[in-house]
Amino acid sequence: MPAAGVVLIIAVVLIVAALVYYLVSTIFALRQIADGLDEAIASVGEIVEKSAPVNGIVTTINEHLDAGVSALEGLLVKKAGMQDAVGLVDGLYPGAGAQGFRDFPDSATVTPPRIAEVYTRGTLTLARLGREAPIAAASPSGGPVLRNVLGGSLAARALYPEVRQSRPSALPRSPIIGTDSPEQYVPSEEPGVRRRMKAKEEA
Amino acid sequence: MTLWWIGDILLLVVVLPVVVYLLHGVLSEARGIVPSVRRIGAAAAAGSKDLDAAPLLLTTQDQVKKTIETVADYGGSLDVIVDDAS
Repeated sequence: MPAAGVVLIIAVVLIVAALVYYLVSTIFALRQIADGLDEAIASVGEIVEKSAPVNGIVTTINEHLDAGVSALEGLLVKKAGMQDAVGLVDGLYPGAGAQGFRDFPDSATVTPPRIAEVYTRGTLTLARLGREAPIAAASPSGGPVLRNVLGGSLAARALYPEVRQSRPSALPRSPIIGTDSPEQYVPSEEPGVRRRMKAKEEA
Repeated sequence: MTLWWIGDILLLVVVLPVVVYLLHGVLSEARGIVPSVRRIGAAAAAGSKDLDAAPLLLTTQDQVKKTIETVADYGGSLDVIVDDAS
């Protein structure tokens, strides 16, 4: 046999050996893959089986919760009014008032009043009087400042009891003094000494 | 004879490296899939274990139903007791 034939045989043997090695190794790898996929498929089957009733149960729970939310929203709006209801919700959950109620689409446009904010009496007095006026001026409700700048004394009068505001005629009149007063008093001769009355002098 | 030698050289220098390169690539990819498949299997097993608590949703469903009924009763009483806003 010529040398070239021997070399050819050696080359073919090398190629076949490489084929056998790599293909057998690939077969083992594919077998491991198949085993792993079998385990994964078994677990996926368990997942599908266990999660099958979840959709129906969660849907039922959501239906019950939706009914509860609708009833509570309706009750709150009915009892407190739309504006105060939005203010209460916004006070408990800041920012929730902007979303409004689910069953009342118009509630999203209501500006929530500051129901949940607590101020001291002095702060409220300052707000009414308009001193510094940060609270009244920065009111999110957008209303005017409580104090009327031009009639500030009238605004302050609202702090006093009601008898001073609407029934001033019921109060006793102030005494009229001067030379034209209906009742004339004789001036005393000395400071601190009162002049004797006429009736006592005649007696 | 010269052609024979040329064929041998081509077989050893070209064909054999190409075959080895291609088979090595296939084997490498196949071995690279194995850990991924094992991770998928582990994740699926963990997901299946996490869903063991799914039957408790039945209890949750029952509790939600009772809670909503209680809230509805309470709301009905409030509707009678508290005056309307307008």
